[in-house]
This record gives sequence, C-alpha cells and structure tokens, in this order.
Amino acid sequence: MNDFVANWLIPGAIMVGQSLLLLVVLLVVIAYVLLADRKIWAAVQMRRGPNVVGPFGLLQSFADLLKFVFKEPIIPSGSNKVIFLLGPLVTVTVALAAWAVVPVADGWVISDINVGILYLLAVSSLGVYGIIMGGWASNSKYPFLSALRSAAQMVSYEVSIGFVIVTVLLCVGSLNLTDIVMAQQSGLATKLGMPSISFLNWYWLPLFPMFVVFFISALAETNRPPFDLAEAESELVAGFMVEYGSTPYMMYMLGEYVSIALMCSMTTILFMGGWLPPLDIAPFTWVPGVVWFILKSSLVFFMFAMVKAFVPRYRYDQLMRLGWKVFLPMSLFYVVLVAGVLQFAGWAP
Amino acid sequence: MILQSVFFYLFSAVLLVSALMVIGARNPVHSVLFLILAFFNAAALFVLLGAEFLAMLLVVVYVGAVAVLFLFIVMMLDVDFVELRAGFLTYMPVGLVVGVVLLAELLIALGGWALSPDLAANLGEPMPTLAEASNIEAIGALLYTKYVFYFQTAALILFVAMIGAIVLTLHHRRDVQRQNIERQVARNAENSIEIVNVEPGNGI
Repeated sequence: MNDFVANWLIPGAIMVGQSLLLLVVLLVVIAYVLLADRKIWAAVQMRRGPNVVGPFGLLQSFADLLKFVFKEPIIPSGSNKVIFLLGPLVTVTVALAAWAVVPVADGWVISDINVGILYLLAVSSLGVYGIIMGGWASNSKYPFLSALRSAAQMVSYEVSIGFVIVTVLLCVGSLNLTDIVMAQQSGLATKLGMPSISFLNWYWLPLFPMFVVFFISALAETNRPPFDLAEAESELVAGFMVEYGSTPYMMYMLGEYVSIALMCSMTTILFMGGWLPPLDIAPFTWVPGVVWFILKSSLVFFMFAMVKAFVPRYRYDQLMRLGWKVFLPMSLFYVVLVAGVLQFAGWAP
Repeated sequence: MILQSVFFYLFSAVLLVSALMVIGARNPVHSVLFLILAFFNAAALFVLLGAEFLAMLLVVVYVGAVAVLFLFIVMMLDVDFVELRAGFLTYMPVGLVVGVVLLAELLIALGGWALSPDLAANLGEPMPTLAEASNIEAIGALLYTKYVFYFQTAALILFVAMIGAIVLTLHHRRDVQRQNIERQVARNAENSIEIVNVEPGNGI
C-alpha cells in the first residue's frame, strides 16, 4: 500500500497539480491575449477599444466570459445534436492538450517527451476536426461551406509547417523541445566569435526564409486574418460558427486563441531561442527564463495582431496558390539546401 | 504494471467498440468519426508499448490527413440511408462467408504460432534497447541503411500512383477566367496606360 502511494499516488497528484496550474495560468493569459488583440486592432484604427470594464478595460474578457456562460445555448432543431456540441469540445480539448509538452523555461514542462515536436504537429493538426464537425452538424449552408474551406486550408498549410519543422530538426538532431531550445545556445554568433550576442545564435537568422514561411503558415493554420476564410464574414456570415451561441461559441473562441498562443510559443521555441536571454551578459541572465519566453511569445503575438489590423483578406484561390505553389516548393528546397550545407560543412549534429 | 494493464484494457475495449461502430453506425459521418476514435486508441496502445514515434505517426498521417479527407468526402456525399440499407439481406450471406473464411484462415495461421524463447538472439537486426537509441533513431537507422531500396521502391510506387491520379482527374477548362500572377506582376504604367489627347468633336 505504501508502495502504491509512493509510486503512483504522489507523482499522479503532482502531475495533476502541475496541469491545473498550467491550465489556470494559460486561461488567464488567454484572457489578456484576447484583450491585447482587440486593443492593438483598435489602436491601429485610432479607436479606444474596450475601456469600460475595469481600469483601461482590463477586465473586459472576464465580463465577456460571464455573459457567454449565462446566455441560453441554442441548438438548431435540424442539427445533429451530439456532434454539434462535440465540435467546440474537441476544439478546446485539442488546443489545450498541446500545451502538455511546451517547455516555458528550463525544466518547466509537464511532459518532456522524446517526440515533443511531432506531438505538437499531430495535436495542432487535429484542430480542424472541431471546425469540420461544427460546420457539418449545424445542417446549414454557410457553416458547411466554411467547414470545407477550412479543412482544405488547414491540411494544405500543415504540409509546409511540417517541412519547416524538418529544417529546424536537421539543425538540432532531436525532436525534444528542450533540446531544440538548448541547441540554439551556440550558432552563428559563436562561429563569428561573439558568443555573448546570443540572439544571433537563434535559428531565425540562418533559417530566415523558413521563419517567414512558418509565421505565415501559422496564420493560415490558426485561421487568423488575412487567411480567416473559414469565417469570412463578408461571404459566409460567420463561417462555421453561424449557428453557435453562448458557451459553445465561447469554446470555439477559446480554442482558437489557445492555438494562436500555441503557435506563438512554437515560433519562439523553434526560431527565437525559447527561454534563452537575448544577450548572454549580466543583467539579462538574471531574469528568469519564463519571463523571456513570455516576452518573446508576446512579440510574436504582436506581429499576429498587427497583420490582422493591416493586411486585407486573401481570396481562396490565392491562399491555395501560396500554400501549394510557393511555400511547398520553397520549404522543400530549403530542406535539401540545409541538409546539404550541414553535411558538407560537417556541422550535422 | 497494474496501471498499464488498466489502460491497456481501457484502450483496447474502446478500440474494439469503435471499430464495430464503424460498420454498425447508420450515418456514414458517424462511421468516420468512430474510425478516428479507433485510430486514436491504436495510437494510445502504441504509446503503451513504448513505440511513441509510431503512435505520433499514426495520429499525424491517419488522423491528421487521411481521415480528414475521408470526412471531407463523406460529408459531401448525398447518401440515401434507406437505399443504402435496401440490399442488406441479399449481401449478408456473402459477407458472412467472407468473414468466416478470413477467421478460419487467421485461426489456422496463428493457432500454432508461438514466440520461440531464443527469438531475440535469432533476429536479423537485434533491436537496440530504449536506453541506447530512441524510437526514431532505431527506425531511421534500419530504414535508411538496410531497407533503403525497399523504402525508395515504396516511395516510387506511391509517386507513380499520385501522378496517375492527377493525370486522370486533371481537366483544363478553357471557359474559366484565371489569374495570371506573372502577367499581373509584370504590368506597369508604361505598358498599361495610354494617354490620348482627344480633339473636340472627332472622337478617338
């Protein structure tokens, strides 16, 4: 019995505690990410944005949460009820499950598995099911068209995301996310003899084209503007979410923003050195790693928000052309190029 | 070990039930969703075996890509459920015969099958333990050295199949206006704007 407590109960309780802590912190962060998105968008358009609830509107997201939860959920009579409710649940669950392997600082990760990046790719590719299920189960034309569009869109951009990840993995030699960050401790700056300028070590510089491809593919993968064709309000009303209201709608929104935050932190881990300080000298190295991680992810999110504010929406054929005819050949070529350079220069890990 | 057994039975039970529901569900979309559930539980069983790479591959390839396309196609089908079930009784005997033959073959083939006790020593490629090499390294080392020709042959066959599918389905429609990106980018003010000084009363 003591054995059982020591071997299963206590580690199990610790894991549950860690997961709950991550979940709570993540949801609070998402509330502010949502607010930041609206504030940045408003600032670009010279509006004030939400500014009524709390000081500077800081509690707006929580007010929205209460309002969504207390509204009556309406299920259309012609819909497939089980799948209609399963759609938002799948979206949220899958988006949150991905965070199990994300290291926010050295050792601060719930599950440090060997195939971390593959797990992220697998789980983020499942987000499309929530949209397809919701769109189909609504039994209505606009949601269905939107579901078809977004299924094709997300599958297309996953291909280039996969190849971008392969280029990074070629440089790292491991699929573990902690190893990916640690491999960025030495790189271009170390080769140039300036090891303290560590932000030049990160992969965004040598793999810059892939950094751009990854950023744009991340926008398409999360259905963010300018690729928000799944919910293009000028043509599809609100896309797959037309028939949704109250809590199910909120779960779609939550899932969307959680996966946006995931894409921001994935960009940080793959290309911007994760929790490593930008300069390897005294005042910067005193700051805890998690602060750098959050700062870098926020920077990436700021770029996401700015793109939303000033890039017009793509047409669907343009989106497909970009994914299949531009990004796919480009990332394939870069995989071959990086592999060749690593092999002939003898830098392969 | 108790925990592993509990999870093994849980995942296997869900896998079997969802596999049955794939053929049992009335609605084809439900069938595909049950198929996805079955894939997931198979992946979980791979994780229990310590084959985490295969598990992730199963999720990425089958759940993330193949099943999405399945669902895509099935959702667009205009299926008449009554018509679909009309031939059930006529086809059932044939289906039963095929099923019984398969079951008998499996029983004959696997009935007398047992792992030889010195199997590990007789393996063509001794498997490195998990401590020495991770899943990916072990599979990669084997696939890209010893079995590289088989691997490339398989890839070539898939490639030919892909080109065949594209050739069979590609139709160039001439009546559709298409965007020519190169021509749009190459346009400039000199070759697209002409300034004409029109004399009054003469027209162009």
